[in-house]
Amino acid sequence: MRHILVFIFLAGSLASTLPACEDNTYQEGARLYQQHCANCHLDDGAGLGALIPPLANSDFLEKHRDALPCILKYGLRDTIMVNGTRYAEQMPGVPTLSSIHVTNILNYINHSWGNAHPPYRLDEVKRLLEQCKPGK
Amino acid sequence: MRAIILFSLALSLFFSCSPSGPKTLPILGERDVVNGDTIYPTIPDFAFIDQDSQVVTNATFKDKIYVVDFFFIHCPTICPKVKANGLRIYNKYRNDDRIGMLSHSIDVKNDTVAALKRHAEKLGIDSRQWHLVTGNHDDIYSIADNYFSVAIENPDAPGGFDHSGRLILVDKNRHVRSFCDGTDAADTDRFMQDIDLLLQEQFGD
Ligand code: HEC
Repeated sequence: MRHILVFIFLAGSLASTLPACEDNTYQEGARLYQQHCANCHLDDGAGLGALIPPLANSDFLEKHRDALPCILKYGLRDTIMVNGTRYAEQMPGVPTLSSIHVTNILNYINHSWGNAHPPYRLDEVKRLLEQCKPGK
Repeated sequence: MRAIILFSLALSLFFSCSPSGPKTLPILGERDVVNGDTIYPTIPDFAFIDQDSQVVTNATFKDKIYVVDFFFIHCPTICPKVKANGLRIYNKYRNDDRIGMLSHSIDVKNDTVAALKRHAEKLGIDSRQWHLVTGNHDDIYSIADNYFSVAIENPDAPGGFDHSGRLILVDKNRHVRSFCDGTDAADTDRFMQDIDLLLQEQFGD
C-alpha cells in the first residue's frame, strides 16, 4: 500500500512537471531569441523591409532546415530568397551558442508567430553543427 | 557635462508636468539667462549630404518639425529596432510635408552616399521626406550632442560604435522638444502623441 502511495505521488509530481519542462524549453529559446536575434528580426519575427528577412512564416525555415543550426552559430553572408524576396545581406552568427541553445532557439522559432515545423532534436543539431565546425 | 545635460533634461521634464492648461511640450536642455532674457539651446547650423546626393541643411527643415536619429548600416545591435519604429512614424505621417525625418550615419567610412541610397531603397522610404545623411566625421559626432544623443567610436562595442537608439523631435524653431527610446514600441507610441501635440502647437488646425 505504501508503495502504491509513493508511486502515485511520484507519478503525479512527475506529470505535473512535464508540461512545465516543455514550457521551460521554449522559455530559454525565447530568452535567447530576445538577447541575440530580436534586435534584427524583431520581437514578432517580421524582419525589416528588404534588409532583414522575416522568420514568421518564412518558407526558408522549411526549405533549408538542415542549414539553420550553422546559420545561427556562424552567420550568413549569401544571396537568399525568402518568400519570394531576394536578400543579399549579412548576418553575424553567435559562436558562443551551445548546441542546446541552438536547439532551443530553433524550436522557439518553429513554434512562434504562426510557424509550425517539426521540432529539432539535440542529436540532430549536434550532427548538423559538426558540418560547419571552423577548420572544416 | 553629460550629467549636467541629463539633470537639466530631468528638471525641464519635471517643470513641464504642471497640471494647469492644455499640455505643451517643454523645450529641452540647459537654458541660460542673459540680462533677464532666457536663451534656449538651439540646433546649430549644419550641412550634410543625403542618399540622393542632395545637401541637407537647416533650410531643408524650414517651417517643418523633424525627427532625428543616429545609426549605421552594418549595425548588429539596436538599429533595426529603431528603424522599425522610425518606419511606424514615417508611415503615420507619410506625405505630411509639415514633418521631415533625418537619420545620421555615424559610420562615415562605410556608409557612402551609394550605400545610403541602397539602404533607403530596401527600407522603401521616400528621400523627400526621410533623409539618410553622411558628412564630415566631426560635424556628425558633435551635432549628436546637440540632439542629446550618444555617438562614440568604440572598437570594443558590437560593430565598432556606441550610440543611443533615441528618436528626437525638433520644432520649427530648432528646439528639441521630446525624445524616446526608439528600441521601445510603447515609448515610440508616446512619442507619436508628442508629435501630434507639437503639430497642434506649431501649425494649429
Ligand atoms: C545584425 C542583424 C541580425 C541578427 C542579430 C540576426 N540575424 Fe538572422 N538574418 C539577418 C540577415 C541580414 C539575414 C539575411 C542574410 C543574407 O542575406 O545572407 C538573416 C537570415 C536569417 C535566417 C534565414 C532567412 C529567414 O529569414 O528565414 C534565419 C533562420 C535567421 N536569420 C535566424 C536568426 C536567429 C535565430 C538569430 C539569433 C540567434 C539571428 N538570425 C540574428 C540579420 C540578423
